[in-house]
Amino acid sequence: MNHCPAGPTSLTVGEIPVNRHFDPITRHELALYCGASGDHNPIHVDIDFARSSGFPDVFAHGMFIMARLGVALNEVFPPSSVREFGVRFTAITQVGAGITCQGRVTAIEIVDGEQRARLEMTARDQDGDIKLKGEAVVAFDPQGEQE
Amino acid sequence: MTSETFSIDPQSAVGHVFPSQRAFVEPRRLKFFLETIGETNPVYHDTRAAREAGYRDIPIPPTYLFCLQSLDNPGPPAVLELLGVDIGRILHGEQKFAFHHPACVGDELVFTTRIRDISNKKGGALTMIAQAIRVDNGHDQHVADIVSTIVVRNPPHTAGATQ
Repeated sequence: MNHCPAGPTSLTVGEIPVNRHFDPITRHELALYCGASGDHNPIHVDIDFARSSGFPDVFAHGMFIMARLGVALNEVFPPSSVREFGVRFTAITQVGAGITCQGRVTAIEIVDGEQRARLEMTARDQDGDIKLKGEAVVAFDPQGEQE
Repeated sequence: MTSETFSIDPQSAVGHVFPSQRAFVEPRRLKFFLETIGETNPVYHDTRAAREAGYRDIPIPPTYLFCLQSLDNPGPPAVLELLGVDIGRILHGEQKFAFHHPACVGDELVFTTRIRDISNKKGGALTMIAQAIRVDNGHDQHVADIVSTIVVRNPPHTAGATQ
């Protein structure tokens, strides 16, 4: 365990090791994400298209918010430790939303000889409305060392 | 009921496997993505930090697999063409990744997409399309399994939509 170079070496159910706030989402960021991600659906960047599709305005790519949830996760758990990461997109994220990303430990288990934590992952806006909700499974002894 | 909203019976598409798609993990394009999402972790930016952490090269962040498939295979997702769905009707419902081996800068990845399930919700107002995507690399490694669910908004039946 003492050779775990990054990430927590102990976790307890109920704690919230992942907790990060991001500045309000801008239209400019949505344009950049459109190009950077390859998701060229105009509904996220072209207000005329969004309106013709029945929406009052453009809105964030769900995957942009999930990417930020991933940034928050990787701030605590190194990329090599992430075994699973999944979300449901429960509501549309509007331009201007200030997103808070959190991960709360719901279980500690041993799978394939390694210690893993299950985290309930959420992304909420400034009003506390949940935009993304899901789960990440992380190994917190990524080297798989035996005691 | 589905003839107005899809060009074919959606259930006939369940199990359909699309031709495999390739994607290359290109470093400058990855850097643009990292800057866009605000990812500053050294392991994603510095080859030496990545190697010290045990990677062959700089790894990709967890959601980037989803992007790579689109980046190297431009145009609307193939499933929309198959079912005759306009892109303005879709929303993203769910996205799940199970990671088996890291994907790194320089990798050529192969994505194999299968339509896993199609179901209606809210009395047919919405149709959920779940696709299972297997990702392999050029080192004979199974990199990841992805499940991506899109939500199609169907026109109201009362509107008598013809498109």
